[in-house]
Amino acid sequence: MTVTGSPEVLRGFRSVQRLAYECAEAVAAQLRPGVTEREAARMQREWLRGRGVRDWFHLPFAWFGDRTAFAGFRVPLQFFPTNRELAPGMPFILDLAPVHGGCTADVGYSGCLGPNPVHDRLMRDLRVHRELILREVRERRPLREIYEDVERLMVRQGYHNRHRAYPFGVIAHKVDRVPERRFSPHVFGFGTQSLKGLAKDALRGHREGWSPLWSPYRFSQHPPRPGLWAVEPHLGFRGTGAKFEELLVVTDSRNAQESAFWLDDDLPHVRRWAEAEADREQEKERAA
Amino acid sequence: MNGHETDGGATVRERWVRAEGVELCVAELGDAGQPTVVLLHGYPDSKEVWSEVASRLAERFHVVLYDVRGHGRSTAPDPLRGGFTLEKLTGDFLAVADAVSPDRPVHLVGHDWGSVQGWEFTTVACTEGRIASFTSLSGPSLDHFGHWINARLRRPTPRRAAQLLGQTAKSWYVYLLHTPVLPELAWRGPLGARWPAILRRLEKVPADGYPTPTLGDDAAHGAWLYRDNVRARLRHPRPDAYAHAPVQLVTPVGDAFLSPSLYDDLDRWVPRLLRRTIDARHWVPRTRPDQLAEWIGEFVLAHEDGRPVAETVPDGPYADRFGGRLVLVTGAGSGIGRATAFAFAEAGARIVAADVDAEGAATTAELCRMIGAPEAWAEAVDVADEEAMEKFAERVASSYGVVDVLVNNAGIGVSGPFLDTSAADWRRVLDVNLWGVIHGCRLFGRQMAERGQGGHIVNTASAAAYAPSRALPAYSTSKAAVLMLSECLRAELAGQGIGVSAVCPGFVHTGITATALPHSPKGMGGTPITGVSAEEEQRRRKSAQRRYGQRNYPAERVADAVLRAVVRNQAVVPVTPEARGARLLARFAPRALRAIARVEPKL
Repeated sequence: MTVTGSPEVLRGFRSVQRLAYECAEAVAAQLRPGVTEREAARMQREWLRGRGVRDWFHLPFAWFGDRTAFAGFRVPLQFFPTNRELAPGMPFILDLAPVHGGCTADVGYSGCLGPNPVHDRLMRDLRVHRELILREVRERRPLREIYEDVERLMVRQGYHNRHRAYPFGVIAHKVDRVPERRFSPHVFGFGTQSLKGLAKDALRGHREGWSPLWSPYRFSQHPPRPGLWAVEPHLGFRGTGAKFEELLVVTDSRNAQESAFWLDDDLPHVRRWAEAEADREQEKERAA
Repeated sequence: MNGHETDGGATVRERWVRAEGVELCVAELGDAGQPTVVLLHGYPDSKEVWSEVASRLAERFHVVLYDVRGHGRSTAPDPLRGGFTLEKLTGDFLAVADAVSPDRPVHLVGHDWGSVQGWEFTTVACTEGRIASFTSLSGPSLDHFGHWINARLRRPTPRRAAQLLGQTAKSWYVYLLHTPVLPELAWRGPLGARWPAILRRLEKVPADGYPTPTLGDDAAHGAWLYRDNVRARLRHPRPDAYAHAPVQLVTPVGDAFLSPSLYDDLDRWVPRLLRRTIDARHWVPRTRPDQLAEWIGEFVLAHEDGRPVAETVPDGPYADRFGGRLVLVTGAGSGIGRATAFAFAEAGARIVAADVDAEGAATTAELCRMIGAPEAWAEAVDVADEEAMEKFAERVASSYGVVDVLVNNAGIGVSGPFLDTSAADWRRVLDVNLWGVIHGCRLFGRQMAERGQGGHIVNTASAAAYAPSRALPAYSTSKAAVLMLSECLRAELAGQGIGVSAVCPGFVHTGITATALPHSPKGMGGTPITGVSAEEEQRRRKSAQRRYGQRNYPAERVADAVLRAVVRNQAVVPVTPEARGARLLARFAPRALRAIARVEPKL
């Protein structure tokens, strides 16, 4: 196991990821009709600042309505929060990446304000992607091919791959420990320390034939690299988008189970799927 | 009261209702316990103009028709002058409504002058509570019309001036009707005799016992509708002509007498307005009875029980045009077909999603229902299989009805030099790409033509249909055939109100290159690449798929082009910039295109 794979380090990452998801759930619970994306982003920032977060992989994002499917996005500036107001039935996505205690989390939380059948269906269909990614990473398939398989599955489900809209079209990127500095500026919403780490990885990877960005391009034609990957499959259907984002641990272990695993299985979306499953089982029993 | 049968089998009960100075002939169909729908005829018509629609509505509603005073079998007021004012016509309507439905409000439907009257009834105070809904067809409110003219005279921007001039030209017959005696002479003489033939030729009204023999007198009396009301109302429109009932406005886009821009400001007067557009000329009750009866029925039911028309409100750009229409898309399990089905679903159409891949079709149908289609069905069918297609066409006609818009989209790709393409490859690509379209047009086109109420066929051709290349000889050949088939069919079916369009997408990010990859749904052959080893084929297919991905032209934009092609009845629609560019080259610089075709593509 590599350094990032050691149990106490993983514990640190896990606690930051939990903190980030707590933040997302707390903010999501406060969203009301009329709240703007900017306000939602500020609420996340303040919530985390109050709990000791001083540095960010990237500042919190919030997308409402058809912006969850990145409709009409052409330049990266469009990712930043706008004055779009939330309305009943609208889907929303909160995406936040705090750094705490030197560990980075990068999470995405999708929800909707009131009932929205399309959004429910998207969330349900995300589940197989989580399983597919883990299975194929354990098989050590080249990242680029896994990317294509995910995209193909999305198309079969009737949706679009919307993570293609992210910079470099990434479905995931590496995260790592970040040195804690008293001064931690950010440029274009990204923390400079984290960017520095990413750039270092990119340089090293370039020499060794891998990349910290998991993209559809040739530079991702390599087996999964040990380390922590923030994986974010993003589905889009007409004006509705949904994603989850969480950390995948990849190690150099020979054992399939240990070679890759999700950092934490007790997350909102995983719980939601388990509950839905339990409901279905119950109905089946009742029917029987 | 006496009863007799119509062609549709519904019993017609006739009675006479006394109104101010006249006896009105009222016909009733259907169960009197059902919601009452009153159908008002226009000029120069009698209530028989509604016969087709009435027999269709009688299954579900209590349908009431009456001859407007001076028309059909109703008596004429004496004297004629001043006997046809809108105030008197309102009295007639209230007398009929009180006779046929004394305690419940009625649903009103008006065509032409019937609609003009309907607007008056819906906007005056004395009928409040007597009208549950109003469906307007080709007839504006004279008050709204007056305000419309005034607004354009006050501020004649170029666009508004053009609208005003356009409508002024379309109203030529109104001026003629204001001349004394001449219209009466013409209608009772030569014009009346030739009118049925004129309607058939110019308005494409089917020859089926309409107009009735009373036409000459109807038209002569009806001239007073214009003389008594038009000048007075247009000069001094009422300032408070707000509708107190929900209104469904059906606009025929091919109307020779009324321009669609007349209804631009209507939202100001009608708080609850539903707009519909139909590809037809003026006499919609004769030429499109099926569609009209469906829309009327839906609107009446929506305002009878107070429930909305559908759970998800269609909000697509062409919802007025495709709401409730039946659209069949082949190859709807993926790519352009799926995107097209979604676009029609967003416009509120009922969708039949057909694909050889049953699972893909089912997914499409399920998603269509979630985004606005009132109904959507999945059908597994191989378009290349003649027998299966025939059964499929029968099944569609019997279970869902006659298709209004057919999209022949199913297609496969085959790539590789001609000399390396086997006969089997040729057969497969022609079977699907060409025969699939032929079967679709043959079977569903015949159903449309036999129904005689218009429709549209869209065939997915390709930029390869006019841009030669050494990489895609078989595919290009099949698509060129589809393009020519579409053009010929367009010429043949134009007389029956059926439009045919060929859409030529170009390089679009779809599954056509990748469908034979290991994880593909079974039953679909991906693009076979001839003359290379299996491994090389796989590699090239992947690389092509990646390049299509990088080009990243979304199938949704092709779907938008398909809807636009139907709405505008376009003949050939190149979609992507390269498809447009190639079309220009093909027309103006074919030698350049031939030179490009000789370039060996890098694979």
